[in-house]
Order: sequence, then C-alpha cells, then structure tokens
Amino acid sequence: MSEHDSTHAGDGGSIPFMQKLLDSPFILLFIGVAMPTVIYIIWGVMEIVSIPVAP
Amino acid sequence: MAIFPPTKRVWWNEPVEKSEVLWIFIALIWALVMFFMMPYWHINGSQNLSNEAYRIRPEVFAKRTEEMAAKYKVGEEGDTGVPVVRPPAGSDVYMLGRLWEWWPVLELEKGQSYRLHLSSMDWMHGFSLQPENINLEIHPGYDMVLTVTPTSSGEFSVVCNEFCGIGHHTMVGKIHVVDK
Amino acid sequence: MAQFRTCPDTGFAIDLAADKLIKWNAVTAVVFLLVGGLFGILVALTRWPAVHLLDADLFYLALTAHGLDVLLVWIIFFEMALLYFTSSILLKTRLAAPWLGWVQYTLMLVGALITNVAVLQGESSVMFTSYVPMMAAPHFYLGVILFAVGALMGCVVFFSTLYIAKRDKTYEGSIPLVTFGAMTAAIIAVFTILAGAVILIPTFFWSLGFIGNIDTLMYRVIWWGLGHSSQQINVAAQIACWYAIAAILFGAKPLSEKVSRTAFLFYILFLQLASAHHILVDPGISSEWKIFNTSYALYLAVLGSMLHGLTVPGAVEAALRKKGYNRGLFEWLRKAPWGNPVFAGFALSVVLFGFLGGITGVMMGTEQLNIIIHNTLYVPGHFHGTVVVGTTLAFMAMAYWLVPVLWQKELVFPGLAKWQPYLFGLGMGLASIFMMGAGTLGVPRRHWDISFADAMMVHEFPAAAYMMMGLAGISGVIGGIGGGIFILNMVSTILFGKAKVPAPAAEEAPAAPIGGAATEYGSASTLEVPGTFVLALVFLTAFVLYYFVNWKYLASVWGMS
Ligand code: HEM
Ligand SMILES: [Cu+2]
Ligand SMILES: [Cu+2]
Repeated sequence: MSEHDSTHAGDGGSIPFMQKLLDSPFILLFIGVAMPTVIYIIWGVMEIVSIPVAP
Repeated sequence: MAIFPPTKRVWWNEPVEKSEVLWIFIALIWALVMFFMMPYWHINGSQNLSNEAYRIRPEVFAKRTEEMAAKYKVGEEGDTGVPVVRPPAGSDVYMLGRLWEWWPVLELEKGQSYRLHLSSMDWMHGFSLQPENINLEIHPGYDMVLTVTPTSSGEFSVVCNEFCGIGHHTMVGKIHVVDK
Repeated sequence: MAQFRTCPDTGFAIDLAADKLIKWNAVTAVVFLLVGGLFGILVALTRWPAVHLLDADLFYLALTAHGLDVLLVWIIFFEMALLYFTSSILLKTRLAAPWLGWVQYTLMLVGALITNVAVLQGESSVMFTSYVPMMAAPHFYLGVILFAVGALMGCVVFFSTLYIAKRDKTYEGSIPLVTFGAMTAAIIAVFTILAGAVILIPTFFWSLGFIGNIDTLMYRVIWWGLGHSSQQINVAAQIACWYAIAAILFGAKPLSEKVSRTAFLFYILFLQLASAHHILVDPGISSEWKIFNTSYALYLAVLGSMLHGLTVPGAVEAALRKKGYNRGLFEWLRKAPWGNPVFAGFALSVVLFGFLGGITGVMMGTEQLNIIIHNTLYVPGHFHGTVVVGTTLAFMAMAYWLVPVLWQKELVFPGLAKWQPYLFGLGMGLASIFMMGAGTLGVPRRHWDISFADAMMVHEFPAAAYMMMGLAGISGVIGGIGGGIFILNMVSTILFGKAKVPAPAAEEAPAAPIGGAATEYGSASTLEVPGTFVLALVFLTAFVLYYFVNWKYLASVWGMS
C-alpha cells in the first residue's frame, strides 16, 4: 500500500472527478438542497396550484 | 478506519471486491423492479387513485351532498337520524366529513361502479374504510374523486384516522353494500 | 486561542470548547428522551385497551408531547453533539465559532421549552404535525421555529469547522467516512430546516391572525419536506454512528471508501424526495409526482441503504476475520462481543432497522400500497422500527462509548448496561411489530378509543386487533423500562461515576480501546465477507416476499380508479 501514500499538495491533478466532488462539502450542500427543492417542492407546488376549480 | 481519513490519497480508483459488486448489481435490479411495479399497477392493477380533484368551497360541496341525499334517501341509519342514501349505479356519489361525522350513510350495489366524491367541511379527516382498510386523506376545500367498485357486500365502517380534535375517536360513518 | 486536551483513551486532541458543547447537547438530549419517553409510556398505557389510562384530552396532549420531545428534541440535540464530535474532534481541529454553538444550544433549548409549555397548557394538542386548519397557540409554532433556527446554526458551525480544518490542513486527503456521513446528515438538515421555515413561519403568523388562510394541501406537502427529511437526517447520522462504532470497537476499515461514500451521495441527492411518502393518498397530485418522489428517483436512495447494509456488517466481518475468527461463515459473529453494550446496541440497531424499519418503509412508501396502511397504526409501528430501534438504539450505543470517554468516568452500572440494549431493542421491536399488526387490521393511529364507546355509530375491530394492542402496550412498557435504564446509567455515570483509570481494562470496559493504525490493511483479498453476503441475501429474501405479499393483499380490496 505504500506506493500510493504520497499526499503532497500539487499533484491533485490525478484525483478523479468523482473523488473531488465527494471532497467538496459546499458543492454537495448546494446540490443536496437544490434537488429536493426543485423536484419535490417546486414541482409539488405547481401540481397544487394547477388543480382546477370544480365545474 | 472510518474515523480517520482514508489511507490512500486516491481512493476512488481502489478495486471493489467481487461480492460487493454483485450485491450492488442485485440491489439495483431490485430497485428497478420496485420502481416499475408502480406504473405496471397503473396499467394492470385495479387499485389506483385517479388523482382527479377540484377546488371547491365547503358550502358548495355540502349543497351537492344534500341534494343527492334528498333525492335518493331510502331510510335512516338506526336511531341516529343520519339518512341512508342509495344513489344509482354509475352516478356521482358524495360523502362529506365534518367534526365529527361522515355524512350521509351510503348504500351501494356490489359489483357496480360509482364516482365517489370526498371532502371535508372543516379540518383534515382520514377516510378509513373498514374492514377493507382503504385509507384516504380528506382535505377541506378539495373535492377528491375516485371511481370505486365494491367487490364484497355487507356493512362497512368509515373510521376517521386523521386526528381531528377531541371528538376524533367518535367519528364513524357507514357504507352498506348490498347484493343485487 | 482554542485550548485542547488529549483524550487518554483515544489520543485525540479535544478542543475544550467543542468538548463542552458536545456534553451539554448530549445531556440535554438525554433529559428530553426521559421526558418524551415518559409521555410515550403514558400513551402506550392508554392504547393498551385493558388499561386505557389517560382521559381523551390528556391522551392527545401526551401524544403531542411524546412526538415532539422524542422525535425533535432528543434526536436533534444528540445530532448536534454528533456534528461537533465528527467535525472538531475527528478532524483534530478547533470548533469554528463556539459562540455560535452556544447560540444553537440556547435557541434550541428555549424553543423546546416554549413548545413544551404550550403543549402542557393544553391548547396545543395538535400533534407534532400541527396540520392546519387546526390551530395551536402561537407560541407552539414560535418554539418550533426557534428550535429549528438553533439547529441551522449548528449546521453552520459544522460546515465552518469543515472549512477551517481543510484550510489549516489538520488532516490529509479526504475527511473520514464518519465525518462524511455526518456531513450528509447536515446537508439534509439544511434542506429540512429551510422547508420548515417556508411553512411554519406563515403558520405562526396565521395563528396570530395576520394571515387569513393556509392551504391544507400546500401545508402538508411543504411540512413533510420538514417532517420526513428530518427522519432522513436520522438515517444518515445513525449510519455514521454505525461506521464509527465498527471502527472504534474493531478498528474496522470500510470495505470500500468509494462504495460507502457513493451510497451517502445517493442520500444527498435523493433521500429527501421521500417526503412524498406522506402525500400518496392526498387529492389532486399527479401519479408522476408521487411515483418519482416516493421512489427517491428509481429507488436510488434505497440502493444506498442496501449498500450500507452490506458494508457496515461487512466491515465488522472483515475486521474480525483479520483477528483470526475465520472459521466457517459465522464464527466472527458468534465470537463478537455481545456483552458489550456498544456492540449489542450497534448490532441490534443494524438488524432491527433493516428488517423492521427499512422493509416496511419501502413497502408503505409505494404509491398504491400506501392506500392499505395510510394513517393506520402501521405507520407508528414502522417508525418505531426506524427512529427507535434504529436511530435511538444506535445513539445509545454511541453514548455508551462517548460518555465514559468524554467525561473520563466509569459506567456506574456495567451489569445493567449489558442487558439494556436487548431489553430496549426487543421491547420496542416487538411493540413496533404489534403496532404494525394492528394497523394491518385497520386500527387507526392517534386514536383514543377503538371500541367507539361514545360514538353514534360503532365499528367493531376483530379480537385479534385488541390482542395486538394489548401486546403492543406490554412490549412498549418493557421497552420503556429499557430506555429508563439507559438514562439512569448515563445520568448516574455523569454525576457519580468513578474517575476512569487512564489505561482501560481491555475487554471489560464498554469503551473498548481504539485499535489504531495496527489494524489497518489495504489488500482487497482480505476483504471477502461471505457471512455478511449470506445475511444480506436473507434480508433481500424477506424484503421481496414481504413486498409482494402486500401487493397480493392490495389486489383483494375494492376496485378503485
Ligand atoms: C418509551 C418508549 C416508547 C414507547 C412506549 C412509545 C410508544 C408510542 C405509542 C404507543 C405511540 C402512539 C401511536 C398512536 O396512538 O398513534 C407513539 C407515537 C410516537 N412515537 Fe413513540 N414510544 C416510545 C419511544 C419513542 C421514541 C424514542 C421515539 C423517537 C425517537 C418515538 C417516536 C414517536 C412518534 C414520532 C410518535 C407519533 C406521534 C404522533 O402520532 O403524533 N417514540 N409512541
Ligand atoms: Cu375526523
Ligand atoms: Cu379524526
């Protein structure tokens, strides 16, 4: 396991995109709030306001 | 260890053990099966909510319910004074919830379909048809419409199962289903 | 400048400010567990038909208080302690802005007290869901709002601490998995609290008379963005505890950082959509919305849970096999420290959460299947399987380790501690099963009298339903006693515990020492976990069977379209 143990700054270029994403709390915070806000709340509210008035 | 940072700097490229990969695969299949069961049931199942609904003022809903009750009344439920109403098969049938009763009592025919309208006059109520165990959330201001087809006959109760204040546990209504 | 002390058990440098906040939040949590638990026992004794303890108005009052004090106050205070622990201590950094931590603590405490007062005054027996247009006293909503703002401040402190730890390079590479899990919880918490603000602030003004009317459907949809997501905070926090306990007890390393973190990512993305579980039989909302949201987008969050379900016990198996418990499929399991409450609580939490909480939750979150259980006692049965024998038990297990370590005291009743997780887990587990059984027979939730003695019309529930209610009552009381023993042990330990001898006696002490770097290994070939895989297949079989049994049951009820 020793060959990967170097942790120098500066060679961050080799870190895969997904790992970088998972290491970014604020990006995750943003998508974690945006997803349910759009899919659950905004879509849900649109459903409610589009309920027609009884004939 | 999970309480320390990962030992490898680039952990994303670590190989994943075979049985773990297999489990991911199995779990994914199961997830998809469960997902597609819902649309499948909409096509091939007989128990789906129509999600047809309208905004309606409680007074208007009450008026429609009373008109139906007056027109098709066939008797009263015991000594409660609540009318028993037998609307024709296929027609629009109304039941309203209010503190703390379901009104009126309905008499339906087994095997026939009805357009059932449900709404509340005041607070939230829970339409819980027993012993079938069909449970719906009843809102004031919304007319919920679904087509029901009783498949068994006898006396059914509508218990309120959404907490609606101190009389909640006394809120019971009835639906009779008769054979033709 | 922040001051640190070195923990004699773990070698961690502990920021004194964080230390103090963790302790206060944890203690307050336990006190509210006591209060809420007592209300729970009163409720259970009332729903036990042969006892029927409280009058109707007191029952609804006690039920409101029970829901609020255990679900909101106990759980969220303990989560604040976890957020500070997993950020400041695990990242070996000072806590960012301890003063804001005290704002968090004060607001939450004041909010909890105000709401409790409102409920006890008797004008706010509206249940913790407080559906409009049933109105509580204005300070009921105010208390909840203050509590939520406090919790939001706790999240701000957490994220700021992550930020300064990274800036100051107090750790190398990525944050620990446990911290990542706590971060998942914190992210979900932010959404939860924002949704709560959107609906509760207008409701507060409505109760003051400034707003005329709040749409009931709008209220329910947005409120459940708060109500259900807050349960997802618990799931994420509890799984972080599972990983932490596996690491602390056995030096267990995650089978794969990649898989475990991806599973948490699925939570961040999708878990909160499941708030739709509560809206499946409401009028006027399309099936497209219902299906997509209730399934967490193709059940990807359930996939996440099933991954944790494999990797958590798998990590334990791998670690124990590494220690030589290698015979057969299950030697590692048989030789596990079942007498250590940290382990027993952890193991019961994993198993009971999966079988009682998880399977039933997915079943009843299915659009059509919800029709046959909505608002019946099945629902409380389900969530006592999640939030009680899952989350609460995981937090108890964590506390058995954390409290002796932070306070540096010996447990006062180690003998009781051995039994407590079993008593609580099995008592509440059975209560949960019997409530679900009664719900399947149609018994409503939040209901004072299923014999309808004062009602104009009567429904007769089958005798089996009464039997289930009786059994649920008995098991609830047993579980309640189990909960009481936990609180007794924690409070006595904190108040009267003997100071710990610095080098803990290895196996006996519930706070097993951390294995440290010696138990780390990286070769994939050591990570085969056949025992766990078999257990996972057992779980899946139960899941599939139970799921389709319910479709069969649904197919037998009246036609609806
Ligand atoms: C002392 C042990 C406990 C007992 C005996 C107990 C028992 C009960 C009972 C009988 C109900 C009433 C169900 C109904 O009538 O609808 C209930 C509701 C509830 N319990 Fe517990 N419980 C306990 C602990 C907990 C814990 C630790 C939590 C959460 C962490 C919890 C969360 C809830 C919630 C959220 C409700 C629903 C309240 C409502 O419907 O508004 N309980 N509990
Ligand atoms: Cu009602
Ligand atoms: Cu009710």
